[in-house]
Amino acid sequence: MLPPQSEDGHHGVMAISSSDPVVRVRGLTKSYAGYEALRGVDFDILPGETFALLGPNGAGKSTTIEILEGYRDRTAGEVSVLGSDPGRGDLDWKARLGIVLQSSGEQGNVTVREQLAHFSRLYPHPRDVDEVIEAVGLTAKARTRIRALSGGERRRVDVALGIIGRPELLFLDEPTTGFDPEARRSFWDLIRGLQREGTTILLTTHYLDEAAQLSDRGVVLAGGRIVAEGAIDQLGGATRRTPTVRWTEGGERREVRTDTPAAVVAELTRRLPGEPVDLEVARPSLEDIYLELVARTAEEAHA
Amino acid sequence: MTTTVSPMTAPASRGARPSSLATAVRLGVLRAGYETKIYFRQGDSIFFTFLFPIVMLTIFSVAFSSPDVHAPGISAAAAYLPGMAAAGILLSGVQNLAVDIAGERSDGTLKRLAGSPLPVLSYFLGKFGQVLVTSLLQLTLLLLVASIAFGVELPIDAGSWLTLAWVYLLGIATSAILGIALSGLPRTGKSATAVVIPITLVLQFISGVYVSFALLPDWLQNVAAVLPLKWMAQGMRAVFLPDSFAAQETTGGWDLGTTALVLGIWLVVGLLVSRLTFRWIRKDA
Repeated sequence: MLPPQSEDGHHGVMAISSSDPVVRVRGLTKSYAGYEALRGVDFDILPGETFALLGPNGAGKSTTIEILEGYRDRTAGEVSVLGSDPGRGDLDWKARLGIVLQSSGEQGNVTVREQLAHFSRLYPHPRDVDEVIEAVGLTAKARTRIRALSGGERRRVDVALGIIGRPELLFLDEPTTGFDPEARRSFWDLIRGLQREGTTILLTTHYLDEAAQLSDRGVVLAGGRIVAEGAIDQLGGATRRTPTVRWTEGGERREVRTDTPAAVVAELTRRLPGEPVDLEVARPSLEDIYLELVARTAEEAHA
Repeated sequence: MTTTVSPMTAPASRGARPSSLATAVRLGVLRAGYETKIYFRQGDSIFFTFLFPIVMLTIFSVAFSSPDVHAPGISAAAAYLPGMAAAGILLSGVQNLAVDIAGERSDGTLKRLAGSPLPVLSYFLGKFGQVLVTSLLQLTLLLLVASIAFGVELPIDAGSWLTLAWVYLLGIATSAILGIALSGLPRTGKSATAVVIPITLVLQFISGVYVSFALLPDWLQNVAAVLPLKWMAQGMRAVFLPDSFAAQETTGGWDLGTTALVLGIWLVVGLLVSRLTFRWIRKDA
């Protein structure tokens, strides 16, 4: 049903187009009483791009996304979302956004279908209600009251409400929390469908595999600053992506980080009698790189 | 991906939207239907707001079934009906909306709406619509119970029904707007009933709903006289009690002009407070 995701250089390499960024953030700072949540954050999100905002709890992800959504005021810096200052976004501006908040706890005395049908009528060009219910996999629950749904199902209603208005820019703040692995996979398919339609997406997630699967580019936030940015498959720089060769020799686990893993393996084969034990060649996953980046930031903060 | 241009961004189709007021009213009607549906699905609001005056009328009518206890010449049900009608308006407006909106602020409903293109005006039109529909049903049910179950004679002259119409409409508009104004007071949805119900309960006790107004000490009467419920109850007495009962009022008359004036002032106060204090969300809360 879905064409394969390109694994080559297209992923993340965005041609410079004449269109302006959908989101433009410069020198964004946010201070609460005696505490700086954001200390000068800059990034752009280009049309049609899926952009990941990564970082540990308390890094400033939600503060950033809520400033972009117009829910929070900023202390300083320039922010433009779909050409408007989110602090002064009007109704026509809101009609072009889709927002999936981090949590929701509504009473839920309406059915899934009633809720989506109602919200669809708030937007000028909504999607078809039943198609959206189908896309989030809730067709069987369409006539169930939201309060009777499981946590993961309620989350899918949140996602459905986020896309019902056919947004140009979709904010997804930890959208798959509480999903089982199967639901997460179908959510990814849903997002790829939106990407094909040209929807620009800002994603925050704690699931690094999700970020790697879905996003083109991203930033890692830690302590209110960007500590890494770029194409999602190049985040953290080339040196952090150096493959590791691991094997067991004399009952001891060995490992070498090298840019020429094939040569290392060839040398091992020559040197050792027979097949090297427990041999593996691994490239650091986004999660490994992320953990290293965040750990380094934490060390610097303590130093 | 770079070349994908979404057809939905075509600005031409967006320019064709109807005027913002027409849109706001259309969405307000939509919200009213949605809000009313939800109202009747919440067990607690049905009991404490919708059925409460009817239940209280029934209890008082049965408990004080011997005549002449409260008002000479009429049954207990007839004596309590005006107060219960006024209390119903207060509960359907103030208590219902203050608790409802505080809950919606706390559970994320308002935050979701704040991120949607729903005009604030439509949200409030929806609330007013819900209050209007539910309070009209409540008043009708109350009059039916009073008349059928307890044999209260309802007025037959057009003048009384006209008075009922405007006291009800002005009363419900004032109560609804005061409910919105009060909704900002509770800090959480959970504390909303604990904050709001004592206010409406005290108001009912000092305004001649449960306890005959004439029995209250002068200073308490003076306090109640600057608050709206006393005047709603008095307006309802003018509708449902024989004219001879006007002599028992503070000034010896129904003072309907004062009812209109006091309710009108509270309506304006409520509008101002709501306009100045209502926010979809507490930013940076």
